Amino acid sequence: MTLRATVAELVREFRASGRIVIVGASLAGLRAAETLREEGFTGSLTIIGDEPYEPYDRPPLSKQVLKGWVPADHTKLPRMREVDADWRLGVAATGLDRATKRVRLADGEQVPYDRLLIATGTRARQWPNPTEAALQGVHTIRSRDDAEQLQKALAESPSRVVVIGAGFIGSEVASVCRELGIPVTVVERGSAPLVGALGGVIGEIAAQMQRDHGVDLRCGLGVSSLEGDSGGHVRRAHLSDGTAVDADVVVASLGSIRNVEWLEGSGLAAGFWGVGCDAGGRVFDINGVVTDSIYVAGDVARAPHVLYEYQFLAMEHWDNAVFGAEVAAHNMVNLEPHYHPHLLLPGFWSGQFGVNIKSVGVPPFGDEIVFTQGSVQERRFAAAYGHRGRIVAAVTFDHGKWLEYYGKLIERSGPFPPPPPGWDQPPDMKPMPAEFPDPRVPTAVPDVVLTGHAPSERTAEFRPRRH
Amino acid sequence: MVEETPWQQALRYANRANPYPFYEELRKTPVSRQPDGTFVVSTYREIVALLHDPRVSSDPRKCPVPAGAQAQGSGESVAEPIREVLTEPNIITCDPPEHDRDRRMMMPHFVGPPHAPQLICDLEPEIRRIVGGLLDDMKGKTRIDAVDDFAYPLPVTVICKVLGVPLEDERRFHHWIETALDALDFGPEAASEEIRSRQAGARQAVQEFGQFAADLLDRYARQPGPGMLSALVNEDGPEGRMSKGVLASNALLLIFAGHETTVNLIAHSVLTLLRHPDALEKLRRRPELIVPGVEELLRLESSVQFWHTRSAVEDIDIAGTTIPKGAPIFLAYGSANRDPERFTDPDELDLERRDNQHLGFSQGIHFCFGAPLARLEVQIAVGEFVRRVQNPRLVEDPPPYRHNQIFRGPRHVLVDIDGIRD
Repeated sequence: MTLRATVAELVREFRASGRIVIVGASLAGLRAAETLREEGFTGSLTIIGDEPYEPYDRPPLSKQVLKGWVPADHTKLPRMREVDADWRLGVAATGLDRATKRVRLADGEQVPYDRLLIATGTRARQWPNPTEAALQGVHTIRSRDDAEQLQKALAESPSRVVVIGAGFIGSEVASVCRELGIPVTVVERGSAPLVGALGGVIGEIAAQMQRDHGVDLRCGLGVSSLEGDSGGHVRRAHLSDGTAVDADVVVASLGSIRNVEWLEGSGLAAGFWGVGCDAGGRVFDINGVVTDSIYVAGDVARAPHVLYEYQFLAMEHWDNAVFGAEVAAHNMVNLEPHYHPHLLLPGFWSGQFGVNIKSVGVPPFGDEIVFTQGSVQERRFAAAYGHRGRIVAAVTFDHGKWLEYYGKLIERSGPFPPPPPGWDQPPDMKPMPAEFPDPRVPTAVPDVVLTGHAPSERTAEFRPRRH
Repeated sequence: MVEETPWQQALRYANRANPYPFYEELRKTPVSRQPDGTFVVSTYREIVALLHDPRVSSDPRKCPVPAGAQAQGSGESVAEPIREVLTEPNIITCDPPEHDRDRRMMMPHFVGPPHAPQLICDLEPEIRRIVGGLLDDMKGKTRIDAVDDFAYPLPVTVICKVLGVPLEDERRFHHWIETALDALDFGPEAASEEIRSRQAGARQAVQEFGQFAADLLDRYARQPGPGMLSALVNEDGPEGRMSKGVLASNALLLIFAGHETTVNLIAHSVLTLLRHPDALEKLRRRPELIVPGVEELLRLESSVQFWHTRSAVEDIDIAGTTIPKGAPIFLAYGSANRDPERFTDPDELDLERRDNQHLGFSQGIHFCFGAPLARLEVQIAVGEFVRRVQNPRLVEDPPPYRHNQIFRGPRHVLVDIDGIRD
């Protein structure tokens, strides 16, 4: 038997009777499971999720669900095919033993694997003071339960809502409040809403949009403490400028934390920014060596991106979860040279204050911005981001149909500023600084993160020089 | 004599029933300059790129040399008679921001959620009733015309209802539309005596049609009535009201597009299924395939084969060619939908085709306004035809075609049948 034949036989055998464990039962976990079956994997498949629910969709939670249009339990993700898996829902993974190839669960059980997919995603950052966070009326929004509780609170017509953090989620919550006629104060540490994801120029437009819709927007400020009444219900937020805002509901929208704690001690390149992997979803160990049996997909993954100077990107985007999972799953049941890369051009959408905001590429990678189409005044426009003379991202307000064009330009590393449109040109087409905040300035974390290098986190052991 | 380009051959009336071999030849040069200066784009990828390119205009007023002008040798575009009557733009002949505003104003009266999300699906019982009636009328017949007896009456009745156009005027505007379309030719035959002699008639037909629309709108201004046109005349939204001229132009567009394209789509769907008895039988056994099936039929015989009002407002580099500023651009949807680079076995009919993102309704900001209505009409009509018509056989293949190339479709499709099931 030749070596080639042996390898082919191994792949066949693994597909027929291998054991795959997926940790994380959300969008990425489900799509990975479906892809594994699609690719002909007939071995045993275990899916572990800490929530008691079947996989559900998150984008509606901060929009349709909060508005009361759709109940939170009607967000179940559609199934593309049978996955025939052993679902372990409502039990969290607590540890990973790579030597014995086992995942440890909170209930003490250990699940053996031949190949493992990490899809544990992120969780909402809680209000840092635990006593204040425990007050009734203090919410975060990430899970189905969160959305259900916040929806109930909003349906009771609170006298005022305070939203802490004006990233996408915070801004969407504020938008829903205004649609429901609820007074809302938004407190943002940065100079404007959405500033981390889209920069100060767009942030200023978003700020004006919020104010036009009656949001009491306070930028450059933090919340220093939350005050409750004798019944343990939140009643007031104290701001860093010494003022206070009375409110019955507080939504902490402080970005997300990557669910990597369970990987502590596993020797994988997992940390604050997520789990490092190659473009095929294969996880690195702490020395930067690729593992053979562990893969990662979704919000928790970070991989070098060819279009962005091989910076490591972590993307909290819906399609990143889908496509990343498909690629990782494919690679889990194949071998070189049949690996696929996950080279997605990032993109996201948000609906707020009646405007559909869409973006493609990585805006914070750019340092300049130019308005290319439409009218800022009417809040219907397209703008491109540039870095060293090439286009790296674009954003549209109610102009989403043009995104495809900008996407193609970005893929080809087209020039910045891009060629002018033949019509509907904005009055000012001069590039200007995009005004992204200094990374050290705290703001609601953008949902694409350039995770770069963090030398202080390095825990590798170096090989001594041989003389 | 100079040899004709593949595009000119594709446009010849003799090749109307089957332009596809010429498209295949044409795709070897994805962007090809024609003798009259028009740039014809025939491949899927390039067409999609241009549909999303803000340097491509849809406003004929921005095109210094209108398409087809040189072919006719007159310096006048073949579309000129229509254009001089319709001085005001409609949503497919203008660019943003006008386009965006007008489409935005029309949308809520058609399908724009959250304003009227139910409007189209609420038409389903009515469409079923009309289709059922048409099939009932065929009882006792052994030969039918799938165009006159089936494909035509449905869309025209539905569009009249949606827009609020009196159905009794149908004969008049049907004649105007036919007359105008028969004079519109983008091929080598445009210069022929016959076509040129039709142009005067076309001019008058469009004139009368325009007057008809203006009168109707005036009537609704005085006395509001049912349908979209009345709603637009009496619009009182934050963006104001469309001018009378723009409104009349859009009314014409909607009456026109609302029945021309769907007629051809139903006729072509029936024709294609009769040519593929296996597929017809499969659809009879599995009626749920009608949804992907209609998409496939639309891909295979797209209703609008190309569109003629686009032009480059800047130099555009694409597929190794520069389309110079000012050049007219024809986007050949009919060719893109059979591009083997995009679709596996593009000439095959596969009712279960996956990844079937055809250009039958175009893409980008001019994506077909009526697509949701057309889909529902064709799904019901073709589904019921397959279910109820017993042993249908095509009498003549290919059937006679209408003259126009853009709205390509058979004039008649004669079918022998054994009967109509209940």
